[in-house]
Amino acid sequence: MTDDPTFEESLRALEERVEALSRGDLPLDQALAVFEEGLAFYRRCHAILADSEQRVTKLVAAAEGLAEEPFPVE
Amino acid sequence: MMDPIAVPWEPRPGVPAAITVSQLARLMRETVRSNPLLSRILVRGEVSNLQTAPAGHVFFTLKDATAQVSCTLFREDAELLGFDFEDGMDVVVSGDVDVFPRKGTVQLLVRAATPAGVGAFWAAYQRTRKKLAAEGLFDSARKRPLPSFPRRIGVVTSEIGAVVHDIVTILRRRYPIAHIVVAPALVQGPGAPASLRRALAVVADRVDVVILARGGGSLEDLWCFNDEGLARAVASCRVPVVSAIGHETDVTIVDFVADVRAATPSAAAELVSPNSVELVIQLNETGRLLAQSIREIVSDARERVKGLRERMSPRGLRRSVESNREQLERMHDALSALSSREIFRLRENLAAVGRRLDLLSPLATLQRGYAIAEREDGHIVARATEVEEGDALAVRFQDGRIHVHVKGGGQAV
Repeated sequence: MTDDPTFEESLRALEERVEALSRGDLPLDQALAVFEEGLAFYRRCHAILADSEQRVTKLVAAAEGLAEEPFPVE
Repeated sequence: MMDPIAVPWEPRPGVPAAITVSQLARLMRETVRSNPLLSRILVRGEVSNLQTAPAGHVFFTLKDATAQVSCTLFREDAELLGFDFEDGMDVVVSGDVDVFPRKGTVQLLVRAATPAGVGAFWAAYQRTRKKLAAEGLFDSARKRPLPSFPRRIGVVTSEIGAVVHDIVTILRRRYPIAHIVVAPALVQGPGAPASLRRALAVVADRVDVVILARGGGSLEDLWCFNDEGLARAVASCRVPVVSAIGHETDVTIVDFVADVRAATPSAAAELVSPNSVELVIQLNETGRLLAQSIREIVSDARERVKGLRERMSPRGLRRSVESNREQLERMHDALSALSSREIFRLRENLAAVGRRLDLLSPLATLQRGYAIAEREDGHIVARATEVEEGDALAVRFQDGRIHVHVKGGGQAV
């Protein structure tokens, strides 16, 4: 697993940016930075939705504890 | 002296010598143990001669009209039963046949049991239900909300059959982001409660929510979901559990304990997953709000720039214009990469702002004799309402500044 933000984290981050901007009390340069961050999270959300291919695994007993192996579903 | 009728016994080839009792008992035990038909068997019969030893082991006889077999149920297994044996009870037990050489007895070592017959089922069900209800395990205050965006979804059910297929199909359609972890378990028979508990325990550490599911079946088939031990395991599960057992009309003890009860396995899959289509709509709406907010901010900035045109010092104005223009250009670049109609309009606004900035001629404006009021720290006073009587301000002219005190103010003209 990577440390990339998840869909939930990205969506929440985007919503935070929108909230910060809609309060309207940010200086212009900060507002721009916040907008650009929001834009990045917006794109990340779309990318996650577009790219994800569902993983299905099955828990199996392994030599050391448990392992997950692909679970075939037609 | 020799017994006259005694005949000297000579071992002959091919005829075995006598064996000891111990050897016989061992042979019997090995024979019984090596016969696969006598291990992991299911036996139905009536409980009689029930005795519980102080250590907790349970001894009884299982009988029918013409035969009986001694049975032993060890304490560890007895504790997992979920119901109490009673004399006369009709049960199905599972276990292994074994021989005990010390007493020369053949016994059935019972590992698990379920009541057979509707009456016994009903009585055991009511007992367990009352007991757990009294402990508060069914209280709605205990129920946990399901995660909105589960990253990993556990599915505890049989790995074959329609249930797991239905669940995976629905999750794939609705929420392909999530990783599904299937924890296979037996979903009927005496071994099912322990198997389900084990599957639940191992999958709970790896997921954000668990679906515990089984397709429709007879009362006997669903019995394992009335198991007290399993119900307790569901109640103490680390993550929320959605139960979907049998048909909508079947309500098991596990359904009472689960955080959410779904009518069917498919419904359970829908309950744990947001719908991606709705997510896209929500996301686009949020994106629209983002664009709208920045548009308003830019529009405000444009108004301010317009106001400043008449009030700024030449140097300060130029600096401000430069920095604003830089920001607006960056904003413009960021927006250029977007394609929606909303953002296209925003971009046009920005372009308009840029043109306006180019048209400003700060030097000329200030040379005409305008001045600006500043606070001590250099902040520009843009509105009369920002100052109060007694405030110290500086007024900048094209050739220098003077210091003043506000005599009256705080009001727009």
